[in-house]
Amino acid sequence: MSQDDEILGKAYDSKLMKRLLGYVKPYTKYVVLAILLNLLVAGLGPLRPYLTKIAVDDYIAVKDYDGLLNIALLLVATLIIQSFIQYFLTYYTQLMGQKIIYDLRVKLFAHVQKLALRYFDKTPIGRIVTRVTNDIEALNELFSSGIVMVFSDIFIIVWIFIFMFFMSWDLSLVTLSVLPILIYGTFLFRRKVRESYRDVRFHLARLNSYMQEHITGMAIVQSFAKEDDEIKNIASINSDHKKANIDSIFYYAVFYPVVEVLSAAAVSLIIWYGGGDVIQSSMTIGVLFAFIQYTEMFFRPIRDLSEKYNVMQTAMASSERIFKLLDNETVVKNPDNPKSLPKVKGSIEFDNVCFAYNENDYVLRNVSFKINPGETVAIVGATGAGKTSIINILTRFYDIQNGRILIDGTDIKEIDKRDLRKYISVVLQDVFLFSGTIKSNINLDSENISQEEVINAAKTVGAHKFISLLPNQYNEEVKEKGATLSVGQKQLISFARALAYNPQILILDEATSSVDTETEILIQQAIEKLLVGRTSIVIAHRLSTVQNADKIIVMHKGEIREMGTHQELLSKKGIYYKLYQLQYKDQEISKPA
Amino acid sequence: MRELFELNKYFIAYKKKLIIGMIFILISNAAQIYIPLLLRDSIDGLQNNISYAKLIEYALLIFGAAIISGIFLFLKRQTIIVVSREIEFDIRQDFWSHLQKLPLRFFQNRSTGDIMAHATNDISAVRMYVGPAVMYSVDTITIFLIVIVIIFSISPSLTLYSLLPLPILSYLVYQLSKKIHERFTKIQEKFSELTTKAQENFSGIRVVKSYVRENNEINSFTNLSKDYLDRNMDKVKIQAWFMPILFLISGLSIIIVILVGGGMVINGELTLGEVFAFIAYLSLLIWPVIAFGWVANIIQQASASMKRLKTIMNEDVEIADSEITNKLINGINGTIEFKNVSFRFRDNLPYVLKNINLKIKKGSTVAVVGNTGVGKTALVNLISRLYDISEGELLIDGYNVKSVPLNILRKNIGVVSQETFLFSDTLYNNILYGAKNGNKELVEKVSAISKLEKDVESFPLGYNTILGERGITLSGGQKQRACLARALATDPKVLILDDSFSAVDTNTEEEILIRLKDFMKDRTSIIISHRISTVKDADKIIVLQDGKIVEEGIHDQLVALNGIYADMHFKQLLEEELKELK
Repeated sequence: MSQDDEILGKAYDSKLMKRLLGYVKPYTKYVVLAILLNLLVAGLGPLRPYLTKIAVDDYIAVKDYDGLLNIALLLVATLIIQSFIQYFLTYYTQLMGQKIIYDLRVKLFAHVQKLALRYFDKTPIGRIVTRVTNDIEALNELFSSGIVMVFSDIFIIVWIFIFMFFMSWDLSLVTLSVLPILIYGTFLFRRKVRESYRDVRFHLARLNSYMQEHITGMAIVQSFAKEDDEIKNIASINSDHKKANIDSIFYYAVFYPVVEVLSAAAVSLIIWYGGGDVIQSSMTIGVLFAFIQYTEMFFRPIRDLSEKYNVMQTAMASSERIFKLLDNETVVKNPDNPKSLPKVKGSIEFDNVCFAYNENDYVLRNVSFKINPGETVAIVGATGAGKTSIINILTRFYDIQNGRILIDGTDIKEIDKRDLRKYISVVLQDVFLFSGTIKSNINLDSENISQEEVINAAKTVGAHKFISLLPNQYNEEVKEKGATLSVGQKQLISFARALAYNPQILILDEATSSVDTETEILIQQAIEKLLVGRTSIVIAHRLSTVQNADKIIVMHKGEIREMGTHQELLSKKGIYYKLYQLQYKDQEISKPA
Repeated sequence: MRELFELNKYFIAYKKKLIIGMIFILISNAAQIYIPLLLRDSIDGLQNNISYAKLIEYALLIFGAAIISGIFLFLKRQTIIVVSREIEFDIRQDFWSHLQKLPLRFFQNRSTGDIMAHATNDISAVRMYVGPAVMYSVDTITIFLIVIVIIFSISPSLTLYSLLPLPILSYLVYQLSKKIHERFTKIQEKFSELTTKAQENFSGIRVVKSYVRENNEINSFTNLSKDYLDRNMDKVKIQAWFMPILFLISGLSIIIVILVGGGMVINGELTLGEVFAFIAYLSLLIWPVIAFGWVANIIQQASASMKRLKTIMNEDVEIADSEITNKLINGINGTIEFKNVSFRFRDNLPYVLKNINLKIKKGSTVAVVGNTGVGKTALVNLISRLYDISEGELLIDGYNVKSVPLNILRKNIGVVSQETFLFSDTLYNNILYGAKNGNKELVEKVSAISKLEKDVESFPLGYNTILGERGITLSGGQKQRACLARALATDPKVLILDDSFSAVDTNTEEEILIRLKDFMKDRTSIIISHRISTVKDADKIIVLQDGKIVEEGIHDQLVALNGIYADMHFKQLLEEELKELK
């Protein structure tokens, strides 16, 4: 949890609320219907004590059994109607809440898809995930019960008042004299509980993060023989957590008895004051009956209302974070009037390109080169030479600060980003597999790529053989980022992916991880096939790749230092010669025949 | 169910408090049950010309009974629920203590998240049983028994009629809460799928963007969100019945009393006050009846959680002191000898180390080099018994390593491991993590050796700066140097540096090595490194390949050998040349 996640501000912010209500708008009909139904159903509960009054005074007292039966049936009817309306109300308000947060969640996710890599570089993934999951979830209560139920609670209280005052206004006043204390007590209790709950949560978070961290660092704990101290430490945190909980038990332990005593006080008042009236025959027993029942009905709506503060506070805090992300406009701009390139031949030109991830900290300086359609260019260099940056800027993951990049003579800033990326396929060093099937990882769920094309691509790169040995072949599930597949197999799949998209330009960042000889042969053959007939840029780690390249560009500290073919560069005995000895020479020995 | 019996030992520890709590329950319930009888008397009195004074007496008695009931209700919660928190504390403490003893093997096979799920969800499920479930059971049973006796004595037939709907309520509450729980679990599964999807998409955003799959990703996320909505509504469908059914059935019960009881009043079999007392008693019974169905669920969930907790609590400790431990050993000198040692992580896995023979003299420095995955780290982990050897013999000062008390062994070995793990605590506390008795002076001394003092000056609170997510994030090199300082602070007899300088630049490393020389005098050191500059001065260098020692000697000998070591040496010279190129 970052500090950003802990802010719990005010319970009401009109700007945020206005924006939130904007999401309710499509469901206005639901809200209106729900409030109207509430108005009705809220009266049914308070109606029943009144009906019992009639039963006692008008029928039991005069021994009218038939009348009593009618009242009983009426009571049953109200009960059944109330239950069903209540059910539908709950169902529909929940449905509305769920739909709203669904809308918001999808919208937020779609927005994140638009954000530039710069945003992802700076923001921990976990935080973005929290926004689309937990933060959205925190709004559920506001939309599903918060808005509508406030009305329900208020209506219930109003209806009780109406019935009570209708029967006896003075007894009502006497009975309701406990109400201010009940309301005050309830809100005080809510506040205390909220504080202590926050305390509990704080200590629980501390306990959990301590345990989490020390389970992760168990090797350190055990290496330093700190087990006994660990037990002592957790005892102190655990005991803080216990104390916080016991504090909150105290508030509940006080509150519930107080509510009971207060409702008993109301009953006592009714017996004393109302009973006096009965003795003087100015009031019937039935009224006492009804009033005593009303004393138990107040509590729930008051408690519910007092809880709404929490709901609002949580919702405000979450929505603030959500809107902040929705308002984030870190995007790589698409041109206003994109040029369409109907057919790409595949020539690439870097013209004096300068690029920095962070201002003035240039990782590429004055890089210029030209690649003709169909050529294969290998880029080599030590770590940090700027090889990966070349890929990043060519696909406009980042925009360059200076110079131009041209494809078939057109500046890439003038081409629609989506088109640009369709012409270029990138095979990254770390193969990223999505959960899904082998097939969906090759065609990435594109409907334009048929099963046949998937299989053809897999056959071409030599992945078909191992895939057909899997129990479900192309429909075999890929679990946990491909944990069940070997490094080499994953690479072959990513090759098949690139091939299935049949791009005009291919960028390949060769993986350095070592694989067994057999797989190595497969990969080399696959790479050869991948490069045929298209412009290719390869960040090369393989001797065979550099040997076969039409041109090798040697990067060093953000600049191009040498350029030429393998043989030319070797005979130069410069940087490439050193790199060759360092990275490629060994492969000569183990080079497969 | 049987699993829960194991909790009895915790109950027994608090038996006094629990018994007192039960007594509080009884008193509170008795006072509460008295109130409807007072209501009956006052209402009946009103119909029979009761005096005003008597009426006030009833009113005061009702209030008094409520106060007594209230006081004991307070005391009941303060004892029984508090005990449940005490027991939760004890269970967690036992769980944690057991975890500390489990071998690293255990932690490698289970994810932290999985262990955490036990420590949080399962323990709190068990607490629900220990506290609320036990309290409400006692509550329910006592109220039920007393109330039934009273209302039965008022009217046996009315009792039967009015109680008729209540077992149905119990049953429905049980079924509903069970279904709700099931559907809730399903929601959580979907939620975690949703989280995984988001996580995956955001981590793989490069691929998504490269292949222009944004819309596709939005579609599949939308589908998942839709499923999630559906599952939520599945739960709502059931849950929305909860309150209506509760009102419906309890309401029916009361209507039966009004109808049947009213009829009996008309026939002169009952008084109006008795009918009223009946209604009041029924409201008292509703809650126990609901609690009954609810408690049944808690018990089921708690026993499932207890079963899961037991799988960890019964996990074998594996590495611990045993009967061969020689309690008389209270320190080590630092001579280490591997005799034909082989090691594999599990019986069905291939060997990581094969027939290692190596003698490390006390006070000497031995360096281990080799490619990744050749077993270098495994070799040093065996010395501090983070893992036990599979075959052969490992001797410390001539004793079998297993005869040295584990605590003594580990306290005398300072390890700076490859993974730089620091706790989110102050730098000061991190450095003194393993120190016997540390002070500022020691912290400064070891920081100086680790070349950390310059960095500390730049930290906002110096040594009191908090590290990690909540504080400052150290660079890789800073972390490694802090880990080094932490190991030095333990004043170890054996210092193990497992690739501890990989993120430190060569110049700084060289300086640290010079400062370490003095510290390492009289201490045994084992250095694992990829850098020739780090290992070249060692008394002995061994080269590991495929779990075997393939080259052994001092730097010059190994270079002359023209083998793996010599090749490494050559390449590093080249790399340096490249780096120095402008």
